[in-house]
Amino acid sequence: MLLNVRDLVIDYKTPRGNVRAVDGVSFDVPAGAVVGVVGESGCGKTTAVRGITRVMPGAARFAGGAIEFEGRDIVTMSEREMRKLMWREIAYVPQSAMNALDPVWRVGKQIEEVLRDRGGMGKRDARARAAELFSMVGLDAQRLTDYPHQFSGGMRQRASIALALALSPKLVIADEPVTALDVVIQRQVLDTFAELQAALNLSVILVTHDISVVAYVCDYVVVMYAGRVAEAGPVAEVLANPAHPYTMGLYNAFPELSGDDRELSPIEGSPPDLLDPPAGCRFRPRCPFAQERCAQEPPDVAVGDGHRALCHRADEAAALRDVAKKVDTWTGVSAA
Amino acid sequence: MTADAPLIEVDSVSRSFDVSRSAADILRGRRPQIHAVTDVDFTLRRGETLGIVGESGCGKTTLGRMLIKLIPPTSGTVRFQGADIGEMDRQAELAFRRRAQLVFQNPFDALNPHFTILRSLQEPLRNARVPAAEHEERIAEALRMVHLAAPEHFLMSFPHQLSGGQLQRVVLARALVLRPDFIVADEPVSMLDVSVRAGILNVLREVRDRLGLAAVYISHDLSLVRYVCARTITMYLGTVVEDGPTRDLIESPLHPYTRALVQAVPVPDVNQSHDPLPIKGGLPDARNPPSGCRFRDRCPLAEARCAAEVPRLREVSPGRRVACHVVA
Ligand SMILES: Nc1ncnc2c1ncn2[C@@H]1O[C@H](COP(=O)(O)OP(=O)(O)OP(=O)(O)O)[C@@H](O)[C@H]1O
Ligand SMILES: Nc1ncnc2c1ncn2[C@@H]1O[C@H](COP(=O)(O)OP(=O)(O)O)[C@@H](O)[C@H]1O
Ligand code: SF4
Ligand SMILES: [Mg+2]
Ligand SMILES: [Mg+2]
Repeated sequence: MLLNVRDLVIDYKTPRGNVRAVDGVSFDVPAGAVVGVVGESGCGKTTAVRGITRVMPGAARFAGGAIEFEGRDIVTMSEREMRKLMWREIAYVPQSAMNALDPVWRVGKQIEEVLRDRGGMGKRDARARAAELFSMVGLDAQRLTDYPHQFSGGMRQRASIALALALSPKLVIADEPVTALDVVIQRQVLDTFAELQAALNLSVILVTHDISVVAYVCDYVVVMYAGRVAEAGPVAEVLANPAHPYTMGLYNAFPELSGDDRELSPIEGSPPDLLDPPAGCRFRPRCPFAQERCAQEPPDVAVGDGHRALCHRADEAAALRDVAKKVDTWTGVSAA
Repeated sequence: MTADAPLIEVDSVSRSFDVSRSAADILRGRRPQIHAVTDVDFTLRRGETLGIVGESGCGKTTLGRMLIKLIPPTSGTVRFQGADIGEMDRQAELAFRRRAQLVFQNPFDALNPHFTILRSLQEPLRNARVPAAEHEERIAEALRMVHLAAPEHFLMSFPHQLSGGQLQRVVLARALVLRPDFIVADEPVSMLDVSVRAGILNVLREVRDRLGLAAVYISHDLSLVRYVCARTITMYLGTVVEDGPTRDLIESPLHPYTRALVQAVPVPDVNQSHDPLPIKGGLPDARNPPSGCRFRDRCPLAEARCAAEVPRLREVSPGRRVACHVVA
């Protein structure tokens, strides 16, 4: 296993109180695998993966758990060790590619900077490597002298992937790399990404709120809800046999290109305020299958063959899936 | 005016923008322009909902803004109930602004952050001089339409206190308070989570069925357009390349660009095809579009003729138009 995240807890200290944005999250990243982290906005995806890089906002604190990268705990690592790890072993593509690229520097200069500063390369080698990286991600090396604003959204995403790959890391963490792109560019960027992943045998954590992206490129999926892992397992298994009502809801809300002209089933309401999350199951206020006990006891992790779901009714999942397919199941659930 | 007469007639509408000149442009006396929209025409009846699809930058927003007179066309006309919206007197213009409404792309920017939700909903009524006595009822009606219960504390809250889905419902309600005859919705769900998006699409369907207004719905994703629009136009680099029933565009796309758009639609299925899209690269520079067919440098079917001649939008069957030398 390249990376193990174990019972990770991350808090934000805010003027309104303590926000536990990540609350006991565990997942593994096998070498050479693509792991998708999926969930609605505000579920803690960015917080969890930024924890792995330790590049966190000032208000964030580790409050428990461990992140083991090749057996070494990132949470307790010294600054010096961490500095060696970043870029060379682990690279991070932040949520907006505009954040990855500095607007006042030419894109090529920024890549060369990382190669020289972090990789100890000479000027000439760095320049050649930058050109190589550009062609790897499908950009014309002539555009290395452009500024980020001269690039389209898709080109910026490609450039930030090139930047992440600069020092041949083992693990790339990409936060919503295709979210702002149109369907054509999204597909092209994902194809490039998948090709490079296979060619370089990269391990990848890909954050997205879109299960179609997970289906297209990921081997494993971690579904997050309100700071916790609602469901996790191999993508083919989780999408074919979702065991958590939240995953069923995400799947059913997805618009189809073919089939009847029907209403879609939204998941009503929104994720809870993490300043004061509901007791028991956090999905209960929006769950069509909630029972008495869901309001009182937090569900346990039901484990079966690498597929786990945080739901009291996970053992009835097959029956619930049929009910979940009906639009009516999802109407009038949430009070909000 | 009969019920069957078009509400909106778009006739050879084009729009270009000046772009900043490089030193070489100035030396050679060139004034480079972006041709954002070129020679678009279509008609729209009451009760009809038209989808406009195409990649980012193909001119969808620019066209939408011309339809409701936020910007004027460089050439061509948009007529509303037979009257050119560019030639209206003040009074007709005021009436038009009440009857044609825009729903913005990003709900997070669409509302004034310093206004309460109530104030944001009252504003258009005030501007249109709707008597204050009617405001409460109009607002309640619009909120019902978008399925927002309106307890006092909700109306008195500010945009940052609402979720994205609630905000988009407010933005839609604000467009509906004036009981418009025509709305343009520009990517109304692209910023929202899938779970929330579904609810907004359902509301758009209801608005379509219950209010019978004419609507234009802009998106790059055919699977979204399909839920709301019976008919769809595909745009490429400012021009219409295909027009027809949405179902036909999806099930048997004719133009090679529409085919690529259909193939690019994301699906949550692990067994989907990973075949590369049949088109290469991105949109060419809109300042110097390719000669002949603007799509030819990315087109898998291009022939010599495509570089020489601009393909006209031809009717290939009733209600179905395509601009391509090879397929039509
Ligand atoms: N005010 C402007 N000045 C200069 N160019 C403009 C202006 N507005 C739009 N353009 C250009 O016109 C073309 C069409 O832009 P438009 O915003 O209409 O595209 P779109 O299809 O709505 O794209 P998206 O899907 O990204 O919203 C682009 O090349 C764009 O850069
Ligand atoms: N810098 C911050 N300070 C305080 N709270 C934050 C900060 N960043 C995120 N949060 C809160 O943490 C929770 C998870 O956010 P985030 O990790 O960004 O989720 P996601 O990436 O899934 O959208 C949310 O409740 C969010 O409001
Ligand atoms: S534990 Fe109960 S409320 Fe939570 S997802 Fe399962 S059935 Fe729904
Ligand atoms: Mg995020
Ligand atoms: Mg637009």
